[in-house]
Parts: sequence; structure tokens; C-alpha cells
Amino acid sequence: MIKFEGASVTYQTDAGPHPALSGIDLDIPGGEPCVVIGPTGCGKTTLLFLLAGLVSSSAGSVQIDGDQALRGRRETSLILQQHGLFPWKNALANVTLGLTIRGIPRGERNEQAGELMRELGIWDIRDSYPPQLSGGQKQRVAIARSLVTEPDLLLMDEPFSALDAMTRETLQNLLLRIWKERNFTFLMVSHGIEEAVFLGRRIVVLSERPGHILTVLDNPGMGAESFRLSDEFHRQCIQVRRALEDR
Amino acid sequence: MAITTARIRPYLIAVAAMLVIWQGFAAILDTETLPGPFAVLTAFTISMKGPMASHFLRSSYRVLISLVLALITAVPLGIYMGRSSRADAFLSPVVYLVYPVPKIAFLPLILLLLGIGDNSKVFLISFILFFQILVTTRDAAREIPREYILSMRSLGANRWQKAAHLVLPAVLPKVLTALRIGIGTAIAVLFFVESFATNTGLGYFILDAWSRLNYREMYAGIVGMGLLGVILYEIVEFTDRTLCRWTKL
Ligand SMILES: Nc1ncnc2c1ncn2[C@@H]1O[C@H](COP(=O)(O)OP(=O)(O)O)[C@@H](O)[C@H]1O
Ligand SMILES: [Mg+2]
Repeated sequence: MIKFEGASVTYQTDAGPHPALSGIDLDIPGGEPCVVIGPTGCGKTTLLFLLAGLVSSSAGSVQIDGDQALRGRRETSLILQQHGLFPWKNALANVTLGLTIRGIPRGERNEQAGELMRELGIWDIRDSYPPQLSGGQKQRVAIARSLVTEPDLLLMDEPFSALDAMTRETLQNLLLRIWKERNFTFLMVSHGIEEAVFLGRRIVVLSERPGHILTVLDNPGMGAESFRLSDEFHRQCIQVRRALEDR
Repeated sequence: MAITTARIRPYLIAVAAMLVIWQGFAAILDTETLPGPFAVLTAFTISMKGPMASHFLRSSYRVLISLVLALITAVPLGIYMGRSSRADAFLSPVVYLVYPVPKIAFLPLILLLLGIGDNSKVFLISFILFFQILVTTRDAAREIPREYILSMRSLGANRWQKAAHLVLPAVLPKVLTALRIGIGTAIAVLFFVESFATNTGLGYFILDAWSRLNYREMYAGIVGMGLLGVILYEIVEFTDRTLCRWTKL
């Protein structure tokens, strides 16, 4: 479904060219969860933005289902690091924004959003505004907003990094459950080793900037909440840690 | 009901305090030039039922049209400058050059081009407000977090959708603040433009009463200007409460 071929990104800054990613080769089959991990500033966000069409590659190519990755692909949804919820819209209006932009009538919008928001446990707070919500609630709203358009590709930039450990695990479980029900492809950027092992069927380890792929770890054991308690989970965490320290 | 009472009470207290101070000064100075509040308010009521009403309406019309004109020109241009660094690089020097120049200095030119009627009066008021609103809007548009812009872009929003769902709501609170400051300016300029070449408006009414040494009517006109200001402020407050509820959470 996703194919990076020698993709590089160099930002042009006042201080001259600033390479952020170099020679990324990566294949992600449809329906598979993939987690990208790497040191701060190595180009993880840039990698997601490439897929979302928000930056373009300076060399190589990025394709989704055989088409060049472009901004505004209807089946791609993006959750940004600071979740990007609009403070002037209540939770419901934030969730339905993607549908509003597609010109879907209000009744239909609210119906689709209602179903999803009940499932995510945020229907009761639909009239609240983002500043009134807890970190976990905001993140649920952001997830609902990105899923309401029924994407086949979900891109997430460290969505849970600002949450406390308990809330983070709850949301990881929630995401896993929703992914199993709906079976979209997702690509998540994370800087948590445990999060990567819990959610990634594949774990892509990036080097220091300019980011290139150090290894891609296979993680066939993921997929159940109980995976966290298994020996395999811990072995995989150690593998990822080694790969990161190996750089 | 409770909300209305809570909002009106501070006004009543402020008005009462002003009346007491005013009465104090009037008693100490004991001069025709400063009649007491009771005399003025009586004159105000009588004038508002009679000749002053049409002047009040004319002034309201002039200042409202000016505010609307300034808004519909300065907000879009401010957004454009705030969101396009190329436009900003070109236009900001022009703005900085013209902003500090007293616009009243252009009066002869304005009168030549627009005549001595309402057009030139309205133009001068909105010209002055224009810069205040422009600079505020531009700065607010610049400060829109990148995160929000990227969110809208990734949703595939077009230019108008970005304006409606992101840019306008983001700049509106700052625009309203600029308006609050602008209303004071607008009424001051209103008085100035109504001081010549007209026989309508509160400015004319005040100066005319003064020339007839009718100090009660003169102060009645001043109270009228104050009332006009209060009405305009309350329109802004109402807009703020209904459209910018999120800033007060
Ligand atoms: N728009 C941009 N212009 C210039 N440099 C950028 C831009 N975005 C990111 N960078 C730089 O590119 C590098 C990679 O950034 P990013 O992808 O955000 O890293 P990460 O998400 O892994 O922390 C960093 O050095 C960052 O400063
Ligand atoms: Mg990042």
C-alpha cells in the first residue's frame, strides 16, 4: 500500500539546505500497523508529512496505492502532535470538520460522528470545547475526527506522548481495538519503545538526522492487550532498544 | 434575567458615581459653564424627544457605516498580509509609513475628492480605523499556529473553507479588541468631522448649543455622544459573547 523509494527531504532554510531524511526505502502492506521510532529531530514528523503530502521529497518517490502521495487524499487522515483541535469549535464540530469540508449535510454528519463518539466514550462531552477537556479526552476527539471520514490510512505523530502512563495505555488499547474492527493501515510516530512494540506489526528504527532506516523489526506477536505481559514483548523491547543504541 | 441584572448593575453603579462627582464639581464651581447633572439630564430627555433625536441618528449612521467600511476592508487585507509573507514584505512598509501620519492632514484632499458631504466624513473616520484594525488583524493572522494550518491542509480544505473554519475564528477576538479601541477613536473623529461644513450630527449640535451659550443643551449633546459610545461597545460585547465564547472558558 505504501512504498518509499529512495525518498529524501532537504528543507531550504536561511542557513542553507537542511537535510532531514535521506534515502528511505520502505514497503508497508495494506492493513498493517507500523510504528516509526528514532531520536528527536531525526525526521519522523517529516516522514509522516511526506505521506500526507504536506512536504515533497527532494529525491526519490513516495506512493500510496501506486499513486504519488499528495495533499488532500481523501482516504488519508492525519493526527498531529498537538492534536490540532480548534478551540473555537466544540468536540462535535471538531469531529465532524472533515465531513463539513466534504459538504456532507449536518444530519448525516452528526449521525456518523455520534456512532464513533459513543464508541470512543466522548459522546457526553460533545458540547464541550477543547480547553475544557482533559488530555485523554482531547486525544479521543482527535482520533474520532480522523476516523470519521473512514480513512484507509491513518497517520499519527506521537499522539499519546503528552499523556500520563495510565491514560496512554488505555488509548493504546482503544486504538488497537478500533484498528482490529476497521482494519485500516496505520503509521504512527512514537518515541516510546513499549508503545512501538505494543502497536507496531513492523517497527521502523531511524538514525540520527538526516534520518535513514537502521532496521525494520518484525513483530508478529502484537495484536492483543495481553501482549504487554508476555516474555516476547519484553524481548522485543530489548531488540528495539539495541537497534536504537546501535546507531 | 439574572445575567442581564448582573451586567446592568455595574453600569448603574458607575453612572451613579459619575453623577455624584459631577454634582460635586458643579456645586463647587457654581458656574453656568457646568450645569448640574439633574439639569443636563432633563435637557437630554427633552432634546432626545425633540431636535437632538435626528442629530443622534445621523451621527450613529455615520459612525456605523465607517466601522463597517473599515472592517470589510481591513480584515481581509490584514489576513492576506498575515498569511502571505511576500504580500507582507511589500505592504507593511507602506502601512508603517502611512499609519503614523495624522490622517486629518489629508482633509483638504479628501474634501476635494469626496466633497463636503457625508462621504468625506465617513471616509476620514474609516480611514483612521482602517489602520488600527489592519495591523491588529495582520498580527493575529500571523500568530495562527502552524498545527492548525496543517490540519486544514491535510483535510483538503479550499481557501474559503480555511477562511471560514480557521482564519476568521482565529482572528476575531483580536479584531473585536481593535474595535473596542477603535470606537473611542471613531467618536473623537466623528466630533471633529461634524464640527465643520454640516448642520447635522451630535458634533454640530454640541457646537451650536455652545455658540448659543446654551450649556444645558451642550452637555445633553455630550451625554448623547457617550450614549452612542456605550451602544457601540455593547454591540461589540454582544458579538464577543456569542461568537467568541471559547475565549472565556
Ligand atoms: N519546515 C521546516 N523547515 C526547516 N527545517 C525543518 C522544518 N521542519 C523540520 N525541520 C528540521 O528537520 C529536522 C527533522 O524534523 P522533524 O521531522 O520534525 O523531526 P522529528 O519529528 O523526528 O523530531 C529537524 O532538524 C528540524 O529542525
Ligand atoms: Mg516530530
